[in-house]
Amino acid sequence: MSKWIQVCELEKIYPSTGVCALVDGKQVAIFRPSEESIVYAINNMDPFARSNVLSRGVICEHQEQLWVASPLKKQRFNLLDGSCLDNSEVSIEAYKARVKDGQVEVQL
Amino acid sequence: MSKQKLVIIGNGMVGHRFIEDFVEKADLEQFEITAFCEESRVAYDRVHLSSYFSHHTADELSLVKEGFYEKHNINVLIGERALTINRQEKVIHSQTGRAVYYDKLIMATGSYPWVPSIKGNESKDCFVYRTIEDLNAIEATARRSKNGVVVGGGLLGLEAAGALKALGVETHVIEFAPVLMAEQLDQQGGQMLRNKIESIGVNVHTGKNTQEIVVGGETARNTMKFADGTELEIDFIVFSTGIRPQDKLAKQCGLATGRRGGITIDNRCQTSDPDIYAIGECASWNEKFFGLVAPGYNMAKVAVDNILGRDNEFTGADMSAKLKLLGVDVGSIGDANGRTPNCKSYVYLDENTSVYKRIIVSEDGKHLLGAVLVGDTESYSDLLQYTLNDIELPKHPDSLILPAHAGGEKVGLGVDALPETAQVCSCFDVKKSDIADAVAAGHCTIGAIKAETGAGTGCGGCIPLITQVLNSELKKQGMEVKNHLCEHFEYSRQELFHLIRVEGIKTFKDLLAKYGQGYGCEVCKPTVGSILASCWNEYILSPENNGLQDTNDIFLGNMQKDGTYSVIPRMPGGEVTPKGLLAVANVAQQYELYTKVTGAQRIGLFGAHKGDLPDIWQQLIDAGFETGHAYGKSLRMVKTCVGSTWCRFGVQDSVGFGVELENRYKGLRTPHKIKFGVSGCTRECAEAQGKDVGIIATDKGWNLYVCGNGGMKPKHGELLAVDLDNETLVKYLDRFMMFYVRTADKLTRTSVWLQNLEGGIEYLQEVIINNKLGINEQLEKEMADAIDSYECEWTKTLSDDKQLARFAHFINSDAQDDNVVFTPERAQKRPAFFEEKAPIYNISLEDA
Repeated sequence: MSKWIQVCELEKIYPSTGVCALVDGKQVAIFRPSEESIVYAINNMDPFARSNVLSRGVICEHQEQLWVASPLKKQRFNLLDGSCLDNSEVSIEAYKARVKDGQVEVQL
Repeated sequence: MSKQKLVIIGNGMVGHRFIEDFVEKADLEQFEITAFCEESRVAYDRVHLSSYFSHHTADELSLVKEGFYEKHNINVLIGERALTINRQEKVIHSQTGRAVYYDKLIMATGSYPWVPSIKGNESKDCFVYRTIEDLNAIEATARRSKNGVVVGGGLLGLEAAGALKALGVETHVIEFAPVLMAEQLDQQGGQMLRNKIESIGVNVHTGKNTQEIVVGGETARNTMKFADGTELEIDFIVFSTGIRPQDKLAKQCGLATGRRGGITIDNRCQTSDPDIYAIGECASWNEKFFGLVAPGYNMAKVAVDNILGRDNEFTGADMSAKLKLLGVDVGSIGDANGRTPNCKSYVYLDENTSVYKRIIVSEDGKHLLGAVLVGDTESYSDLLQYTLNDIELPKHPDSLILPAHAGGEKVGLGVDALPETAQVCSCFDVKKSDIADAVAAGHCTIGAIKAETGAGTGCGGCIPLITQVLNSELKKQGMEVKNHLCEHFEYSRQELFHLIRVEGIKTFKDLLAKYGQGYGCEVCKPTVGSILASCWNEYILSPENNGLQDTNDIFLGNMQKDGTYSVIPRMPGGEVTPKGLLAVANVAQQYELYTKVTGAQRIGLFGAHKGDLPDIWQQLIDAGFETGHAYGKSLRMVKTCVGSTWCRFGVQDSVGFGVELENRYKGLRTPHKIKFGVSGCTRECAEAQGKDVGIIATDKGWNLYVCGNGGMKPKHGELLAVDLDNETLVKYLDRFMMFYVRTADKLTRTSVWLQNLEGGIEYLQEVIINNKLGINEQLEKEMADAIDSYECEWTKTLSDDKQLARFAHFINSDAQDDNVVFTPERAQKRPAFFEEKAPIYNISLEDA
């Protein structure tokens, strides 16, 4: 049912940073934690500030998992499932993401 | 099984504290909780009520975390007053006619301001000082008044006087007793306080018995008449003449009350009806009631424990207090008036700087019974521990209050001297042993201790003490006191700095491989990014460094709450040409940026879309500006006054020197931001002593102050050297800056750094001036390298197409963020509140 949507070339994302993509009208934050061809996608909106900023956060590792720290007040969101490390009652949407033939693709 | 019905009447500080404690300890499944809140807003911080005048948002005073009551299913009846209690049927009726049944009832009805029956006190120019509504009314009246008076020179009265002063009206204080704060201070202490308060322009009248307030006067709206025949013409009057327990409801339903009022409670906080508890200011325990918040919090805890079937008793309260009234530090401990038979006193009086200290000791001189401190309360916490824990005094107790130059020693009561039962945090009654237990259970940071024990989460005044206990406990358990950066690096910032420098490490990846583990996080990445920048001054947005940069650095601008940025070009020393102003104005107009003069003598443009930043900066750079590093942990600016060039008082060219210094140190990454000030004469118009580096002109040169701070914890800079010429001063500064960069912990301002530096300013003088460590040559060379390799980050960024691509909001579209919406305000714009944004956006939020 869901289909993979091409977003951009992997090369456009500096290793250990994120970018924001417009996918089907949705703001999706895409992260590339290292030089490897692995990417993660979550919603770009910081639910605390209700601002579209998460793609601009620092990628971090805690409890052997990867998170992004919101650039506004540093709450951390899991790159795989969108859960929030600092407040278990908050979570955001997470999306499937992959690299295929040098292109980043996500599934909403 | 049906749920037990718990009802709390009163949602003040204590009523709310009860709920918090209950939520923490009880199985909420078994309870249905209802709270009556007579005021129009839920619990707020009455202790810091005066700060409402400076912030003006009730939210900031609120004690209730957003969503707290909803989350725990607590039904708060806002604006509802409990009118009657029927104890037979166990039901409460409110003024709206609602009936609420209870199994257990907690009365936390607090107190009401008592106003003496003076003729004319019902005038609309008369107020009390208790709620946010009172404050709003006082403020509205103050706006159309020239002067105001507070009747009552006690603790709260002086607090109110401070508020009146802040509102800008001529302020008077009237006290019936011959001294101020008669409850807490002795006569001489009261006199010293009075001198200090008068010196800041508050008029104090003691020994005045107000008899009548009549409408009208020659210069003001009202006239107060006193028993001694004198009069005072005044526009409005605030009564702060004491409080009385709010026990009306208790009397109505026949609960026992104390002789002086208040709902009678036993040690378990139970009233004469075992299903009803009373806590806080409304309660009378052994015919005493307590007008402070700490005993109320303690009662809340006792009541919670007893309702849950645990043993806990209220055993009275220590009424010692330390506070700042009208800018004067005041402390009172135990028997401040020396009423204990045969007690002896030691007194220290310094009329020059207005300091008064007195300690009252037992007949045998071994125990501290009380203390009064005015003008200097540094020794308060140590003295308090002496009384609370009955620690034996040193041989010469006066050494506890004498200044160092007079042979006094720092009290320096080591935490190891405290007994296990010593109360460390009085807000939440946390004992030294509680902290020790938490450490033993593996909570080894201040954050973890706070979360585990609650200590330090109230007023926060005990945090230094908790830190000492924590470190001492860690040491005892053979654990090293760690200042490791984070889980990825078992090194402190200072250690990493040396590793990076000595081994010539240039990237985070190399450092992590050699000295760290895992991937890195939001703590170590920016810290290492900053160290790399300090050491090698390489471009912070290079592909290797980019991912390390925090919120502001990564796009070279301060991110605002809506995700837009501010743009602040450098205006060294606060200088800007008319032509430069035109360029700033043009770009602000073109991009519709909110424009404001910042606190750092420059112009800030707010609300820039990330995608517009490169164009905006291109225009500014074309006009001759460069980045102002307002986003960086680096030198922000040098604030200057106009100095001898223009000012008829100036003795040195403060602007010229300020510009030179700003250009010298701009761009250098430091552990935290750095601010300079340069004043052209001793009048100090640049407020240099509140800066990390403060330079004040003298006839012979410059005095150099370091490690001052404004902001959250204001601190005056300390004098490092006097009468320096420009060249020597720059040399000292090179060394000072680099020494700070090398040795400070992460995100530590210079003031805290100096505080933690063993040996303090004297040690720093030894290092900077006398080359105690033999590193000065090296420090100067490192600084010279940094200065040589400076380049404007924005200029560099604009020359790199790959960088520019990063600034678009979307990687795959030219659209802008449609969630960034502005609303007009005072002829400019501001970010729209969430409610002001188009409703259609709510829908996409729902599924976000």
